[in-house]
Amino acid sequence: MVKELTIISGKGGCGKTTIAASFAALAENPVIVDADVDAADMHILLHPQIQKKEAFSGLDVAQKDDEKCTDCGKCFENCRYGAIDPDFTLHPDKCEGCAVCAMVCPSDAIRMIERKAGEAYISDTRFGPLVHARLHAGEEASGKLVALVRQRAKELAREKGKEFILIDGPPGTGCTVIASITGVDLVLVVIEPTLSGIHDSKRIIEVARHFGIPALVCINKYDINDENTEHILEFCEVEGIEVVGKIAYDDTATKAMLAEKTVIEFSDGKMAQSIKAIWKKVEKALS
Amino acid sequence: MRISVASGKGGTGKTTVAVNLALSINDAMLIDCDVEGPNSHIFFKGPMMKVKDVCIPSPKFDFDKCTLCGKCAEFCQYNAIAVVGEKILFFEELCHGCGGCKILCPEDAITEVDHQIGIIEKGGKKELTLYHGLLNIGEPFGVPIIRALKQFADDAKTTIFDSPPGTACPAVETMRDTDFCILVTEPTPFGLHDLTLTVDVVREIGTPFGVVVNRDGIGDDRVERYCSDEGIPLLSKIPNDLQIARLYSRGVPIIEGLPEYKATFVGIYDKIREAL
Repeated sequence: MVKELTIISGKGGCGKTTIAASFAALAENPVIVDADVDAADMHILLHPQIQKKEAFSGLDVAQKDDEKCTDCGKCFENCRYGAIDPDFTLHPDKCEGCAVCAMVCPSDAIRMIERKAGEAYISDTRFGPLVHARLHAGEEASGKLVALVRQRAKELAREKGKEFILIDGPPGTGCTVIASITGVDLVLVVIEPTLSGIHDSKRIIEVARHFGIPALVCINKYDINDENTEHILEFCEVEGIEVVGKIAYDDTATKAMLAEKTVIEFSDGKMAQSIKAIWKKVEKALS
Repeated sequence: MRISVASGKGGTGKTTVAVNLALSINDAMLIDCDVEGPNSHIFFKGPMMKVKDVCIPSPKFDFDKCTLCGKCAEFCQYNAIAVVGEKILFFEELCHGCGGCKILCPEDAITEVDHQIGIIEKGGKKELTLYHGLLNIGEPFGVPIIRALKQFADDAKTTIFDSPPGTACPAVETMRDTDFCILVTEPTPFGLHDLTLTVDVVREIGTPFGVVVNRDGIGDDRVERYCSDEGIPLLSKIPNDLQIARLYSRGVPIIEGLPEYKATFVGIYDKIREAL
């Protein structure tokens, strides 16, 4: 049975990718997924060799044929996204692909056309295959692209007999996050002990609960505010969420990043030790 | 004037810059558009009061009239409607509220009701009004809340918009129709990579922009070299200072804990005005 783990945090910059890349180095035989499709960073540490590339089409986009257009105004009246101006100019960048304009147009002047919204990749890395993607600037449908990379990862796991899919999740609580966690076996929530970090992690824990996914917590940079760390520990105890470890503030993460390596490869110091201990607990929770 | 504060990567200091900039200049207003995880309010101790429910229209099916023809399901681009056997299944979270199904239904069996996806709250302090939005847990699309938030902007003031991270639609919606965009980054490989993605987006939108390097000293000079190669104005550098990190962790604005930094934020504002 293939197990899936997603690393999330709500707030960005809490250390998701640092921890996910370290897990990639520690896990046996993983398929690795970078689900932060609009700001993917995992490849910087993993140096993927791209093996397969596929174009990703988002939602179709409206295109108007001005020769057929009779300026009747039905498209403007019915577009709810402000993508059509009162002078009937169509702005593809604001189009959400609903196709209502094409439906209401009496002169067949609007067609929905395919929009290339990004690319998905299957790559080789020193730790195993990486499935990642690039969303084109400002595109919609990022949740759909996350669903696509996860689908490819599952196929790959089946094909290569791998039993573990490790997913580096995006920040936030919206469509990309939901697409990254639905149906996984476990999420690891990385929390930094700042009021912002706590605020956002409480929201993301609620999201995990909403979708019925078990969650573990680890605290990163726990020593930047002892009082807040204490608060997180108490909160998790009340909520019945296991805290699987604490990582001290350490510039090793940045140094490893500058060397384009995972923390595990970069040094066997305190930070690597803490992450290894956390990985053992996560691995156990998954088995 | 409208100034948006964005970054591709999360956690680079968008909120820090937005809050401290708004507190450092006269006649400002702050709108936190990170509706999936708003944090600006943490730096103001007062309460946030609800001022608006944000709803999108959602179809309601009259099963006496519905003949299960399936036209609505076939049309819906978001796969929010399915006809399964003798039933219509509607997946509310997938619906974008476009109204297509209602227009299309040959039996007039669809009406629309409001589906609440989040709220807008107001707070801040006497000299600085703050609005933020909160997307309901489990709801995927925050853009309608961002659109509703932007209506609160007072153009007699300098409105600062705190953007969500990333380069997808919520960030674009925040940066769109602003006069200037501040891109906050950190001098690391992740920071630079995500900055380059965001620069692509801002250039496409066509908003003038500049860069603030936060935690200067933590990495190397790759961001500065990139900015100078690309001719991007460097608005300011905020040092990697443990005191700043500790103030942040407690929800205290830098310029309250370390007033000497006020000049840094006033300087950013002056550079933006010069650039415009």
